[in-house]
Amino acid sequence: MDSTLRLIATNPLDQLARTIEALLVVANSPLSVADLAEAAEDDPERVETALGLLRERFSERRSGIVIEQVAGGYAFRASREASAACARLFERPIERGLSQAALETLAVVAYLGPCSRPEVARIRGVAADSAVASLVERGLISEAGRENGPGGAVRYRTTPLFERVFGLESLAALPRLDDLGASSAQIRDRLLEVASARAS
Amino acid sequence: MASLIAVSPAPVHELDLDLDAFEGPFDLLLTLLLREELEPSEIDIATIVLAFVEHLAERDEIDLEACGEFLVLVSALLELKARLLFPEEAAELDALEPEEAAEELARRLAEYRLMKEAAVWLAERLAGERDRWFRLGPAPLAPQPERRLAPQERNALATALRALAVPPPAVSLTHMALRFPPVSQFLERFRALLSRRRRFDFESEVLGLSRIEQAVAFLALLELRKAGEVDLSQAAPFGPIRISRSAASEREEGFEPSDSERITTWTARSA
Repeated sequence: MDSTLRLIATNPLDQLARTIEALLVVANSPLSVADLAEAAEDDPERVETALGLLRERFSERRSGIVIEQVAGGYAFRASREASAACARLFERPIERGLSQAALETLAVVAYLGPCSRPEVARIRGVAADSAVASLVERGLISEAGRENGPGGAVRYRTTPLFERVFGLESLAALPRLDDLGASSAQIRDRLLEVASARAS
Repeated sequence: MASLIAVSPAPVHELDLDLDAFEGPFDLLLTLLLREELEPSEIDIATIVLAFVEHLAERDEIDLEACGEFLVLVSALLELKARLLFPEEAAELDALEPEEAAEELARRLAEYRLMKEAAVWLAERLAGERDRWFRLGPAPLAPQPERRLAPQERNALATALRALAVPPPAVSLTHMALRFPPVSQFLERFRALLSRRRRFDFESEVLGLSRIEQAVAFLALLELRKAGEVDLSQAAPFGPIRISRSAASEREEGFEPSDSERITTWTARSA
């Protein structure tokens, strides 16, 4: 009987890759390379190589689940083409009803954190109590100690969930503030330009 | 500031003011204040607020963005004016000069502007990431077991526990039954001694006595000294304590020192 001989090339990292795959399925938050190496009892460099294999295997248009690097680690998520189906079955309580005030407060905490409610209020010009409470309840910010001195106000910083919800590898992935708007000197100069134009 | 107004075009920009000290658009008023060509104290802020409210009523629609910006600007104006109206109090609060206040106003507006832009970026980012779905279920990481102690032999542990389980030795209560000899006993003894000799060493007299008896003997010595019957001397700390009849006591008793005792006295003093 004729039979076709097939050579099955086995990658020595396959077993480690399968272990990592299992760990990421079980986890509900991103796992760092160090976490994965410790759990798999393997070398971090080999883990990174295995992650490279997995990212190729679990990528958009190849699989329904995708590995992404987010919030300082690696995690599974649904592929984007399945998002409509996901939306029909689940809701997104974290982002639902996120107000403009909450977004501005989140921006202050993300860029200047850890910072207290009075600091947020000083920048925004209005009390930030309810916005901060709403963000804490959603798990986007959390307490991070107190300001120095007796009775110091509670300070807040963003959580890994914030980075995950916004799809950021880390806080360093936020755009630089310099790129977002004009500086105070620019604003003052433009004010003076307007005034000169009116005076002439 | 120009960009700030451009973002929210209508009411703040179009607001024409007719005040006692100024007539013109609101942004020009701000500019003149920042250039210090107008005194903040001459500006009636209540009138500005009324004008804005009337303007809103005429438009028959509420632009929340513009209202928010108006509030920020007016509160900054109010702070500027308050600092100038209360210079002494302002000094205590590390007051700012008008130029610095203007700078501060511009700085705060710029800072708020940046955060507002950052919030816009976050909102856009959130909208762009709406098709990312991931698990948020409650599956916390298992706590890592911490083995701080090295593995132990069961028998060795049992031996150690057995040693700990032994009842502690009974507490000695012997000191509760201590009997103190009466001070009077040593008073009589020392008086009798001094009737025979003019002086003696304390250590040689209490040699062989228990610690308690030595202490009571010392108390008796102090009693004799207090009564003026003896003189005490000690050449150096921890040196021998010498007891001798006091001069008063000798006069009462009519003692005369012998030659040998004179030599002892001289030797003792020389030492």
